[in-house]
Amino acid sequence: MVGRLPALLKDSALTALVAGALGLFIVGFRTTDLGKGLFFDYQFVDLGIAVVTIFFGRLGLHLASMGLKWPAFALGTALGAVGASPLRLPSTFLHWFVVIAGVLIILRTIWPWANAALATARHSQRGKAFGQRGAKWFGAILLIAAVLLPFSPFSNQKNMDLAVLILTYVMLGWGLNIVVGLAGLLDLGYVAFYAVGAYSYALLSTQYGLSFWTVLPLAGMFAATFGLLLGFPVLRLRGDYLAIVTMGFGEIIRLVLLNWVDLSNGPAGIGGIPGPTFFGAVFAETAPAGKQTFAQMMNIPFSSNQRLIYLYYIILLLALVTNFFTQRIRRLPVGRAWEALREDETACKALGINPTNTKLTAFAVGAMFAGFAGSFFAAKQRFISPESFTFIESAIILSIVVLGGMGSQIGVVLAAVLLIGLPEWFRDLGAYRMIVFGLAMVLIMVFRPRGLIAHREPSVRLHPVRAGP
Amino acid sequence: MSAANPQPLIEVEHLTMRFGGLVAVDDVSFRAGPRAITAIIGPNGAGKTTVFNCITGFYKPTVGRLTLRGDREYLLERMLGHEVGQKARVARTFQNIRLFPGMTVLENLLVAQHNKLMRASGMSIFGLLGLQRYRTAEAAAIDKARSWLERIQLLADADRPAGELPYGAQRRLEIARAMCSDPQLLCLDEPAAGLNPRESAELNDLLVSIRDVDGIGVLLIEHDMTVVMRISNHIVVLDYGRKIAEGAPDEVRNDPAVIRAYLGTAEDGPDA
Amino acid sequence: MAYFTQQLINAVTLGAIYGLIAIGYTMVYGIIGMINFAHGDIFMIGAFISLIGFMICATVGINSAAFAILVVLLLAMVFTAVYGWTIERVAYRPLRGSFKLAPLISAIGVSILLQNYVQLAQGARPKPAGSVVQGGYNLFSADGFDVRVTWLQIIIVVVTVLLMAGFSWLIAATPLGRQQRACEQDMKMAALLGVDVDRTISLTFVMGSALAAVAGMLFLMYYGVVDFFIGFLAGIKAFTAAVLGGIGSLPGAMLGGLLIGLIEVFWAGYFSSEYKDVAVFAILVLVLIFRPSGLLGKPEIEKV
Repeated sequence: MVGRLPALLKDSALTALVAGALGLFIVGFRTTDLGKGLFFDYQFVDLGIAVVTIFFGRLGLHLASMGLKWPAFALGTALGAVGASPLRLPSTFLHWFVVIAGVLIILRTIWPWANAALATARHSQRGKAFGQRGAKWFGAILLIAAVLLPFSPFSNQKNMDLAVLILTYVMLGWGLNIVVGLAGLLDLGYVAFYAVGAYSYALLSTQYGLSFWTVLPLAGMFAATFGLLLGFPVLRLRGDYLAIVTMGFGEIIRLVLLNWVDLSNGPAGIGGIPGPTFFGAVFAETAPAGKQTFAQMMNIPFSSNQRLIYLYYIILLLALVTNFFTQRIRRLPVGRAWEALREDETACKALGINPTNTKLTAFAVGAMFAGFAGSFFAAKQRFISPESFTFIESAIILSIVVLGGMGSQIGVVLAAVLLIGLPEWFRDLGAYRMIVFGLAMVLIMVFRPRGLIAHREPSVRLHPVRAGP
Repeated sequence: MSAANPQPLIEVEHLTMRFGGLVAVDDVSFRAGPRAITAIIGPNGAGKTTVFNCITGFYKPTVGRLTLRGDREYLLERMLGHEVGQKARVARTFQNIRLFPGMTVLENLLVAQHNKLMRASGMSIFGLLGLQRYRTAEAAAIDKARSWLERIQLLADADRPAGELPYGAQRRLEIARAMCSDPQLLCLDEPAAGLNPRESAELNDLLVSIRDVDGIGVLLIEHDMTVVMRISNHIVVLDYGRKIAEGAPDEVRNDPAVIRAYLGTAEDGPDA
Repeated sequence: MAYFTQQLINAVTLGAIYGLIAIGYTMVYGIIGMINFAHGDIFMIGAFISLIGFMICATVGINSAAFAILVVLLLAMVFTAVYGWTIERVAYRPLRGSFKLAPLISAIGVSILLQNYVQLAQGARPKPAGSVVQGGYNLFSADGFDVRVTWLQIIIVVVTVLLMAGFSWLIAATPLGRQQRACEQDMKMAALLGVDVDRTISLTFVMGSALAAVAGMLFLMYYGVVDFFIGFLAGIKAFTAAVLGGIGSLPGAMLGGLLIGLIEVFWAGYFSSEYKDVAVFAILVLVLIFRPSGLLGKPEIEKV
């Protein structure tokens, strides 16, 4: 094994060299605008440290993959210690970078052991039964926790805001999961339907005074109609073309909203959107003429939290409806046909299944849920503009679905908490959030293409599962 | 039997398929009877699969007429893609097995009953509401799947992903899946390819029972001559896209044109 | 007439840039059948490296514009090619044989990664660049309107034509081009015959990225400003160009680029500049629906 050391060193050096070449211009020469043209702000020390870290990181991964546990472990710990030490590296980013490199090596070192243990657990009779029951129990506990959250000690404004945000993405993820996870259609313009829903509510409520609960179903229908209109011509296309066309469509909707000022008020957006009412009661300190506030209706003192809690329950309900619908439709012929289409379109055609119509239903149903979520978004924000509906938004929702495991409902929840929750809790991470998203998508595809939760529960069983050995 | 049958199940007339300059199938005509196994044989590249693809709606023939006489008369060449399976109920299997590998064996058989179940689920609305009408239909579909799983000895594997099955079982499952779609004509593209002698014999029994018990007409592409000669009622021989012979197994076996196409000049025993 | 001619000149210039990017899409699609979603961002990286390259030239005191362009051209091509190579090696190669959406999702990940990496390293604000080449030539005047072709436009078109000619020669007449075409036809067979498939695919990415880098440099010189997001729109437009010309076809990519340039400039010139991008997207959708094989592509036959 020692004989291979020179080769390893050479490979690690090459990797570091490539990394250096990648970073030389973009990282090394930071351009800054001081008002009279661009100047360089050289970052060679940062670049150098990063390149050295990459050298040791690559070396450590090599050692670990060769089974040299202790040297790899030592290297990983050393890098972790350097990163975490009070040593003054030029930026906190570099500290993190070095620490993460160390942690990665350590993880890689213990990976074979952990993997073997997991595999044995998964394949044992008990593990299988646990896998099926466990998911249900886990889901039930999550649900109870979600219902009780507003009454828990954690229900301060910041947490509730975050919970509403996460649930919005959970709902969008579940909606997109119908299209991507079940039907296997890569939709990169999902945000367009979200926008349709949001603008439907914003316009109908501000122009015609319709209430949230009246517009909600309408918004879903509008979005579904848009889905049908777009889907009809393009769903015959091959998967990758479909991805590009849906992305183009997402951009078209945004550009139209931006430029059709008469309709959408252009970049200035629409403000003053009323929030959702509770059987006619509004959530405000004082009610407008002819209405009463929620606090008056319930005869309790007013608190600004009431509105937030109400919003929380609405989005929880909407998300649960999405989930329930998906679980149900998976067991219906159309749901099975979606999955069959994802697996093999040619075989579906041979069985007399109309691929275009079947895809169209998936596309329209997915769009409908985005429409619901969109009108909720408008009611929550009370102000919307085309800014909120960029491609990045579609990409975030897609990465939640991909990371969670396409087709997995609980995976979406997990991924939404990871991708939306963590960066909000750790504000510093905000700037790196999208980098992490992109990196996560690549890594998941390379190492775990079926997502964090890869288990697929059959839609129907002939033999019920027995528990225990 | 079938050639003389006054009312064939499927009638192929002057079928021609060109891809650019290449003529894959050239003016081929034949008939296949109901309750009969009709084999299409020929060397590699003879155009057999292309004939299948035309019959099953994957290709639109350049010239020709394809008539299926089942519950009523269908002009297959005018139907597009899935309609051949949906309306004329022509089912097929593929040379390189095309199951839904991530779905379970049972799910594969339920997808095959899609159109019937779809009607019962009232465009999914009855199904979403959980109405009795749909639940009855689903139970019937599962029963049908169960009886087919018994016939192909896969009952115990019903809840496994289809992609995990051994090769021979996948072949059988693909045939069962085609049968679950309730076909009037079953087209099998090299069902015995890659099977061992025992599996091949089982396949023979299965095909014979599909013909005699279920009463379904079978169109078969096959290279394994033991299978072809033993179970076919009628054989059509293609070479370079043209029909060079047709008739009962014994006639075809001794046809000089067929021997030439298969063996070049030397004549080998018919027991090969 | 004068206005028309002026628009035509501008359109050809823009079309040349799109054509260069489109070649990268079309080559990668031809050889491994995937849409390299991150290609637009490779172009953006090329533009940034060019910007930094010109600034370095100014810092070290290279005053000759021609020499500076040459130096920056080489720098940008080489260093952008490293990005193309690395991306293929890290994000796409391990996915050959994975499920069919995997490379596309990975490519979207790379695209997001690159945009945010540049945003983080270089800042989000648009970077203005001084003009390297000034002046031009008045062709004629009519209706009180000067029809003018700038030296820069001439440079752009000449560089593009030279590169495309060289590139077509490379594909048509060198062993590398032969291997590349062999892999396009049948990758397994090519491998059996001793073609190093991995190396050929790597080189395809390297060449595509180098051309995108040139496009990035020309874009920078033409518009005088870059930001981390330029790859998104330019990428979609170049992809549209590749599809319009017939994806997989090199002359198609060039023709498509030219047509997209024409459509965009004339739409903006005669209808409305707000909706010029919508017009390009609409073309993409229409072509994919009515003529998915494009103008010069071969139709695909579904193999069953």
